[in-house]
Amino acid sequence: MSDATQESLITDEMRAAIGKESEPTTLEVDKTSVRMFARSVGYTDPVYYDEAAAKAAGYRSLPAPPGYLGTPIFDPNRRAVRPQGMMEPSRPLKRVLNGGTDVEYLADVCAGDVLTSTSAVSSIEERQGRLGEMLITTTKTTYRNERGEVVAIMTGTGIRY
Amino acid sequence: MGASWDEVTEGMEIPTLTKNCSTQQLVHWAAGSGDFYQIHYDHNFARATGLPNIIVHGALKHAFLGQLLHDWVGNEGRVKRVGCSYRGMDYPDEEIQCKGVVTRKYEENGERLVDLDIWTENPEGTRTSPGSATVRLP
Repeated sequence: MSDATQESLITDEMRAAIGKESEPTTLEVDKTSVRMFARSVGYTDPVYYDEAAAKAAGYRSLPAPPGYLGTPIFDPNRRAVRPQGMMEPSRPLKRVLNGGTDVEYLADVCAGDVLTSTSAVSSIEERQGRLGEMLITTTKTTYRNERGEVVAIMTGTGIRY
Repeated sequence: MGASWDEVTEGMEIPTLTKNCSTQQLVHWAAGSGDFYQIHYDHNFARATGLPNIIVHGALKHAFLGQLLHDWVGNEGRVKRVGCSYRGMDYPDEEIQCKGVVTRKYEENGERLVDLDIWTENPEGTRTSPGSATVRLP
C-alpha cells in the first residue's frame, strides 16, 4: 500500500504511455545465433545445431529454442531505444529487476526468419514490497514473421525499486 | 523420442532437469541472449548494487524451464507457452533443479495438450521461479 500523503510514483507521462504501441524492431534469427543461444542454455538436442537433423525432424531450418526470439539488428549510430513505459518516475528509483517472463508460441520460428516486434505497456503498478517502494511494469511484445503471422507474444514484468 | 499424450496422466511429474551455472555459462548466456547487465558477471558491480554475489539471469531460468519442456515433449511435440516469475535469486555454482507436474490433459482445436506447473528449485528447496506452461504432444 502506498502512503496516501505521498505522491504517486507514476507520472502522467507514464499513464499516457499505457497501451501505446512502440515503433517496430527488426530481429534476425540465424543459424549462428540459434546455436549460440542453445549452447548457452545447455541443450544437447542436435536439432538446434545441425540443419540436417532439424530438417529430418520436420523443421525448415534450426528451430529457435523456447526463449529465443531473434537478435535485434545493432546500429552503433542509433541511440538505444528506451523500452516502452520506462520513463522516469516522480521519485528516482535506482535499480531494475526482471520480475517474470511469459511467452506464448503460435508458430515455429526458425533460422532464416526475420521477425518484427512491437511492444506496449499493459499496466504500471506501485507497491511496497520487501525491496521497499517498487514500480511494476508489465509489457506485452508481439512478434510477427515476414508473412505477417504472429509467431509469439511475450509478456514481461519489470520491477524498479 | 518425446512423451506421448496417451501415456500422460494428471499429477505425474516430468523428468527433472538439473543445472549448475558456471560464471562462464552466464557469459555465454549474456552473449546468446544479448543481456549484458553487469550484475550477472561483474562481482564488484553486483556488490555495489547491494547483491551478495553475481546472480543467474531470470531469463536464463525461463530458458531452462523451456529446455525442461522441450526435452520432455521432443520434436514431435511443441512448447506452446512457458511462463514464470522470478521470486528468488539463484547464484553460480549452485544446483538449480527444474521440475514440472502435469495439471491438466485435454484436447482443444484438434490438438492434444497438457498444462503443467513448472518451477526452478534452489539447494534449500525454495521455488525461485514458479510458473506454468502448455505443451502439445503427439
